[in-house]
Amino acid sequence: MDALDKKLLRDFRRLWAQALAIALVLACGVAILMTTFGMYGALEDTRAAYYERNRFADVFAGANRAPDSLLSEIRAIPGVRQAEARVVKHVILDIPGRVETVTGRMISLPETGAPLLNRPVLRSGRLPDPAATGEVAVNEPFADANGLRPGDSFTANMGGRKRVLTLTGTLLSPEFIYTIGPGAMMPDAETFGILWVPARVADAAFDMQGAFNDVTLKLDPRAPEAQVIDRLDILLDPYGGTGAHGRAIQTSHSFVDAEIEQLRSTAMILPPIFFGITAFLVGMVIGRIIALERAEIGLLKAIGYSDAEICVHYLMLAGLVAVVGTLLGWAVGTWLSGALARLYAQFFDFPYLIYRVAYDAYAISGLLALASAALGAARSALHAARLAPATAMSPPAPPRFSRGLLDRALSRLRLSQPVMMILRSLMRWPLRSGLTTLGLSLAVAVLVASSFFSDALDTILDKAFYQSNRQHAMLLFSPGLRDDALQDVANLPGVLVAEGQQFQPATLRHGHLEKDTAIEARAPGADLSRIVDAAGHVIDAPPGAILLSERLAAQLEARPGDVIAIEFPDGRDEIHHLPVAGLVTQYVGLGAYVDSSTLDRLKRQSPRITAANLLIDDAALPQLHATLKDTPELSGLVMLTRMRRSFEDTIRRNVTTMTTVYISIAVLITVGVAYNGARIQLSERARELASLRILGFTRGEVSFVLIGETMLLALLAQPLGWALGSLIAAALARGSASDLYSVPLVLEPAGFARASLVVLAASLAAALLVRRRLDRLDLVAVMKTRE
Amino acid sequence: MSASATAPQTDATEPEAMFRTEGLTKVYDSGLTKVHALAGVDLELFGGELAVLLGPSGSGKSTLLNILGGLDHASAGRVWFRDLELTGLGDRGLTRYRRDHVGFVFQFYNLVASLTARENVQLVTDVARDPMSPEEALEQVGLGARMDHFPAEMSGGEQQRVAIARAIAKRPEVLLCDEPTGALDSKTGVQVLEALRDINDRLGTTTAVITHNAEIRRMAHRVIWFRDGQIERIETNAHRIAPADIHW
Repeated sequence: MDALDKKLLRDFRRLWAQALAIALVLACGVAILMTTFGMYGALEDTRAAYYERNRFADVFAGANRAPDSLLSEIRAIPGVRQAEARVVKHVILDIPGRVETVTGRMISLPETGAPLLNRPVLRSGRLPDPAATGEVAVNEPFADANGLRPGDSFTANMGGRKRVLTLTGTLLSPEFIYTIGPGAMMPDAETFGILWVPARVADAAFDMQGAFNDVTLKLDPRAPEAQVIDRLDILLDPYGGTGAHGRAIQTSHSFVDAEIEQLRSTAMILPPIFFGITAFLVGMVIGRIIALERAEIGLLKAIGYSDAEICVHYLMLAGLVAVVGTLLGWAVGTWLSGALARLYAQFFDFPYLIYRVAYDAYAISGLLALASAALGAARSALHAARLAPATAMSPPAPPRFSRGLLDRALSRLRLSQPVMMILRSLMRWPLRSGLTTLGLSLAVAVLVASSFFSDALDTILDKAFYQSNRQHAMLLFSPGLRDDALQDVANLPGVLVAEGQQFQPATLRHGHLEKDTAIEARAPGADLSRIVDAAGHVIDAPPGAILLSERLAAQLEARPGDVIAIEFPDGRDEIHHLPVAGLVTQYVGLGAYVDSSTLDRLKRQSPRITAANLLIDDAALPQLHATLKDTPELSGLVMLTRMRRSFEDTIRRNVTTMTTVYISIAVLITVGVAYNGARIQLSERARELASLRILGFTRGEVSFVLIGETMLLALLAQPLGWALGSLIAAALARGSASDLYSVPLVLEPAGFARASLVVLAASLAAALLVRRRLDRLDLVAVMKTRE
Repeated sequence: MSASATAPQTDATEPEAMFRTEGLTKVYDSGLTKVHALAGVDLELFGGELAVLLGPSGSGKSTLLNILGGLDHASAGRVWFRDLELTGLGDRGLTRYRRDHVGFVFQFYNLVASLTARENVQLVTDVARDPMSPEEALEQVGLGARMDHFPAEMSGGEQQRVAIARAIAKRPEVLLCDEPTGALDSKTGVQVLEALRDINDRLGTTTAVITHNAEIRRMAHRVIWFRDGQIERIETNAHRIAPADIHW
């Protein structure tokens, strides 16, 4: 091995603590980039393959009841390659051993057995026999959660009649990668399942012989989706079409989309921070080494090493740090990817496992790591290369200090000499002090941004679950019931209070913009489910007007006072108009609210309810469930108490993990920056500090100079970090917004305080580590050195 | 005050001029002041001679050595190493020149602390055209037994001898020494001077030694006195004494 290479390795070994501190920061960036980028690719690819192989449809539409003969007309729409009609209905299930009422979405299978579109993947057993009457297949997570295996039986309330169904097999479907029941906020495989039954069974149970209520289309590659949707709507309108839509708002697809989008924004925001800090730290350390090795550099040039060879030598030192950081990052990233994949497996039902991390994720993260180290070292390495040999071997001129304005101001303050030393040092190297402060402020910013997430989730929970929705359970009825049925609901066992409301799908238009959503209609004074604005006020929609959530209003570009056109998918072709009475800040969904009497008037119907909100006596829950299982009109059931608990548990778990990760990251950044800064300080000022000791200053007084500079910079970093953290949080909040939910920008003082505490403590710890070296300074040896 | 001088009387043929300078000038401009380190120097150094450069601090000795060694550029004037005009070379050319022809010895040894004696010498043999082995170079300065020690484990004299071994390992035609004994006591200094004399005698390496110590001039073929950036006078020693007989 070349002597120069040996020098490189030995220098690297000598620097191990500083190099490790930097490598850990770099590893964070590599790990996060690799994980998010890799998972992003994996999710995209897996989903694409799944959709392709299993013929996931492009267009989805529902109707009340359309004749089978309509299918040929649908197939004839230009651009439609394939169309499949089916019967899709909600059912109530009674699972042996489970007290709670379980709901399900029942889908008919064609006579041929397997569907043409949205083909499910058989996970165990077999599909139901088309000729059989009591067979069913269910989605795998539901079967697993309820301990169901092929051969087991349970009761389903289908169209008013109870039937016993026997499980033949379990399936996964591209239509239900994210499986969420009506009204639910999260997947709950225990209480909501997907069921597939033969067509003849569905037809008989729901009185749909010769008819269908759901159709899915596969389009030609370049077919104009919007036009197909319009044509389809026209065809289905007379039959109560509920509005066709593409994949973009298919529930499962849009949730996966939202997740992919969040991965992408995380990959774009966080890693650059780490790579930037790495470049700065590498630059600082290599710069110091080159300053210390001036004479050696001169010597190498005297011997005859070229500028390029010397430049490469120092770049390779930076490269070694990058290699360590990259390898660490890859290891952590691989583990993280596995953890993330397992997390996704909890929420998403993919038939194949997304464990592998794409090679390009490794390559790109590694290359960026090397690039940031090289960039950081470039300036110093080039400086070393350009040092004239004669200059290099003469001692450097002492740093220039002069009395400036700031100096004069400071001296008026009559500060002690050690404090003056600290302040002058900061002013002498403003760029370095500035970058150190920036690095520490980024650590603060990371913590502020992470606490924003948990605070925001707390706010959403509070708004959605405690302030707006206070009911214990919500019953859904489809079609709706006359509102005097509410009395029957109130008489159910265990029901303490029952309030009715309506959910009515509608298309809202303003100018050329339109949006499909569900209008919520409540009676004034509704107490269990209320409209609460961001300030916490309870609002009732005034009669004859509509309230819009802010995000929906933004999408429609509507303001209070504007008139919205409303169309219901009831085949009547009527357009109604309502003025916008106000806007409501909401985090979940795109809400539109009217008074129930207003909706009844628009629809020219007698007062109805499609949902009932209940307060329940827990002691009577089993009886309530037993009764509900026999209620034919029930199309959905949401146990909010259970949902709240489950949501909170999930959030709490994820938040704890996230908080731990982010604190670790912030500590690594802080230690990396503060430790290296203090080491370099010590190296530069060893003579000065040794002189102080020789003059009689105690160890404590001398360490004050060393630690004081580090802590002063750390303090200065706090306000900058708060500001940066708020900006990052705002960017993350914006990046997370979608039709499904938006994340409020919640920044609590406690979050800022926590962030500062962690960073200040870590800075102190790093400085104290270096202080130990100061205590061990060999005073005589230091004074003897040439510098 | 003859500026031209005679070469060591080893043979009757015309001595080869290893170095020749014409009006060599060097000005350092530090922004606030100009320092005239060399003010028009004309000099010849001959092959195989051991020349000692004497003079007070700031008289231009080190500056001249740096320029002769290709470590620095002249502000004006010309310098030749044999037929090669150094003043016409850029950085790359000077690097090649140093790599192939020049060995340096400095006052503070300038060894690489993280390399052993052998590896320090290997730094040179890795890039030289026709080097001797590191072991051979270290044997020549009497450090065969200390090859795998680090600089921190050696005395000042031993370190300086490693530096000399490093300088001669590439078999340079020229050895330039800037205060080689400046950091050493007299006994160790004499050891170093003996090594230099030995190499000059055996290998015929043209050697230039800068020193403050006037006693050392007695081992040289010629002594060149500097003052204020110019050559004040050049003396030739009729008799040279051995380093062991030098005391300070």
